Amino acid sequence: MTLNVKERRNKTGTVLVATGEINSETSGTLLQSLLPLVREGKPLRIDLTAVTYVSSAGLRTLLVVYREAQHAGVAVTLYGVSEEVRFVMSATGFLDFFETGEAAAAAAKAKAAR
Amino acid sequence: MSETRSEQVLRVDAYPTHEVGGYRVRAGKPFPFGANVVPGGVSFSVFSDQATSMTLVIYKRGEPEPMAELEFPEEFRTGSVFAMTVFGLDHENIEYGYRADGPYDPVTGHRFDARQVLSDPYARLIAGRDVWGVEPDRSRGYQYRSRVCLQDFDWADDTPLGIPAEDLVVYEAHVRGFTRHPNSGVTAPGTFAGLREKIPYLKELGVNCIELLPVFEFDESDNPRSNPETGEKLFDYWGYNTVSFFAPKAGYAATGRYGMQGDEFRTLIKDLHAAGIEVILDVVFNHTAEGNEQGPTISFKGLDNATYYMLTPEGYYFNFSGTGNTVNCNHPVVRNFVLDCLRHWVADYHIDGFRFDLAAILGRSLDGTPLPNPPLLELLAYDPVLRHTKLIAEAWDAGGLYEVGNFPAYGRWAEWNGKYRDTVRRFLKGDPGVTGELATRIAGSPDLYSSRGTAASVNFLTAHDGFSLADLVSYNDKHNEANGEGNNDGANDNNSWNCGAEGPTDDPDINALRTRQMKNALAILLTSQGIPMLLSGDEVGRTQQGNNNTYCQDNELSWFDWDQVDDNAELLRFTREMIAFRKRHRELRSTSHPTGRVRENLGLPDISWHGERAWQPDWSAESRLVAVARCGAGDDDVVYVAMNSHWESHDLELPALPGGRSWHLFADTGAEAPHDIRTPGTEPELDNAGKYLIGPRSVVILVGRTNDPDAFDTP
Repeated sequence: MTLNVKERRNKTGTVLVATGEINSETSGTLLQSLLPLVREGKPLRIDLTAVTYVSSAGLRTLLVVYREAQHAGVAVTLYGVSEEVRFVMSATGFLDFFETGEAAAAAAKAKAAR
Repeated sequence: MSETRSEQVLRVDAYPTHEVGGYRVRAGKPFPFGANVVPGGVSFSVFSDQATSMTLVIYKRGEPEPMAELEFPEEFRTGSVFAMTVFGLDHENIEYGYRADGPYDPVTGHRFDARQVLSDPYARLIAGRDVWGVEPDRSRGYQYRSRVCLQDFDWADDTPLGIPAEDLVVYEAHVRGFTRHPNSGVTAPGTFAGLREKIPYLKELGVNCIELLPVFEFDESDNPRSNPETGEKLFDYWGYNTVSFFAPKAGYAATGRYGMQGDEFRTLIKDLHAAGIEVILDVVFNHTAEGNEQGPTISFKGLDNATYYMLTPEGYYFNFSGTGNTVNCNHPVVRNFVLDCLRHWVADYHIDGFRFDLAAILGRSLDGTPLPNPPLLELLAYDPVLRHTKLIAEAWDAGGLYEVGNFPAYGRWAEWNGKYRDTVRRFLKGDPGVTGELATRIAGSPDLYSSRGTAASVNFLTAHDGFSLADLVSYNDKHNEANGEGNNDGANDNNSWNCGAEGPTDDPDINALRTRQMKNALAILLTSQGIPMLLSGDEVGRTQQGNNNTYCQDNELSWFDWDQVDDNAELLRFTREMIAFRKRHRELRSTSHPTGRVRENLGLPDISWHGERAWQPDWSAESRLVAVARCGAGDDDVVYVAMNSHWESHDLELPALPGGRSWHLFADTGAEAPHDIRTPGTEPELDNAGKYLIGPRSVVILVGRTNDPDAFDTP
């Protein structure tokens, strides 16, 4: 299974849309796409809506991106995490590191309600 | 210009030098053993002293037949280590093993068979038993398949908690059994992730250490028996049958089917640490799942049988473990294997300590005789990586070596104190002639550990092996029929008492007595000096229906029934408050044994013994009443514990207290809930300062303090 990535830029930052599986074979490609975006310094959203599987190596790649972003002071948000991928990320603790789009939206909604 | 983190550093050893079987390779590094991801490839390293050749067998993940068989070139052998780096492998999607060729001559100890594919003893992941209970495809030639594992993990700021041993309250639990019950309410029942969801429960209970039954990869399906009554398959539920010592059990992980059990387990440990709870692993180095000459060949047998196992002069397996084989622990190569394994769990998994199953075997020589100065035990005691981990021995083995109180400790080793268990059980039952030994046991067993301190004694009344606490007070005899061994398995000397009826009963008096007996047990355990250990579920009266050997029962006999948290809220509350009480009173956790020396500020000895009359204990054979008062360094309270296993009430004369202190009632197991126990610090003052009536088969705990409960708080 391959991984396709597409960039989309908007006023608030960059969205990287991934399609396919993120595993040891494809995570190198993903990293090469993401690191330059992190270094641009703008908020980055990684859209995983069309990602069906993230392997152990894939989760590590996402965490490397997160750590790089943290180092650069850039906000990274995961978006569209499927139930299965979310379950795996949650059980293995990786989810704890990330802000996910859904959680961010809920926080914004809660803030608006106050 | 400084290099960015993402730019790969080029290395000389990232280039192949040879080609074997169509794969680009080069000589690997002998150390570390196992399969390790290196630039451009994977380095494989395996030891065999007598193998004449070694072949690396590589499979595409899940495929029955190998995709490659690469024989190690002769020049890739250093000493007795075969090491090779293979380039271009997708490390995440391969499984591997070895074929070792050499002599097949059991009399000289060698069982080489190049037809067998063998697991890597150092494999960090094992595939083949990915989801608990799924019947494996036994037609496959290679069952327990080594996998390559990424060993990086983001521990953030996790560091060892370093809880002083004497402050521990250990909770012995089974990863699967803790949340497998349908009523557990967790997202992934029976897994590391499920246990993680129950951390708030453990925290609220107050335990600060969880001791997990074996989590190294084992094969739950290797039990051939079935339940004779129901015909249901029986499992190897406990897991004391290790298949692979460096690999966490995949079937214990919700993500085991993805090979992510390592990360899931690490996340559990990280979160337990964040909750102030240490993690001790129950480890089994005395034997392996390969059994005797009839057992399967998985790894050691085929790689280097004569090194890894203790063998008789005729080439049969010594059986000091009772399971068929005995690991040759004090062979220099095997010593290093054990050390490497424990270092792995401490460094890569942040494990805080280990409990060694049948640890007496670790002190035996290559021919089985006990060693006066066992090098393995010394090695583990002084190892730099293990230096601050807890080391706890089950100080006996199935070969008759019983070393409780006498285990070679090197100032480091603690022991499961089986004598504590037996003595307190006999006292609770009401046996005559026990009060004298009971006093010794609750004072930290100075007869056994005088030079080692109280924390050398891990005190327990129940453990996975034996009756649960509820069954200890509900059955006179074991009821192991469901195990399919004609009730011949399991211990016969249980020192249990059913309180008047065998098994469940509607008799309210018997049930009330059982509840009281459980509270008595918990009260004595948690006020004894030494490290207390609770069996998971005892705090809510978990029953195994009288089965005292549930090693094969993966069902409600073994699982924690979460409905009991509400149904037995009274016992749970009692346990919580007892743990909180222990934490509040440092005198109960003193590292040194009490001497009877008078403390100047209180004018009372650090320990004093009492009976019906203050200062007059009755050590006679017919006595079933003993009381102890403690005031230790660092506390200005006095704790008085009266234990009555007599079926009659007794009037207690209480010792007088100095300095404006008076007696306050913390617990009386003879009282109806909620008056059976108080929250520490809120104990009401006794109306009659000098006397207290202790009921039949009851424990009373008093605190001698001023009326300002916070005046002498332990920090």
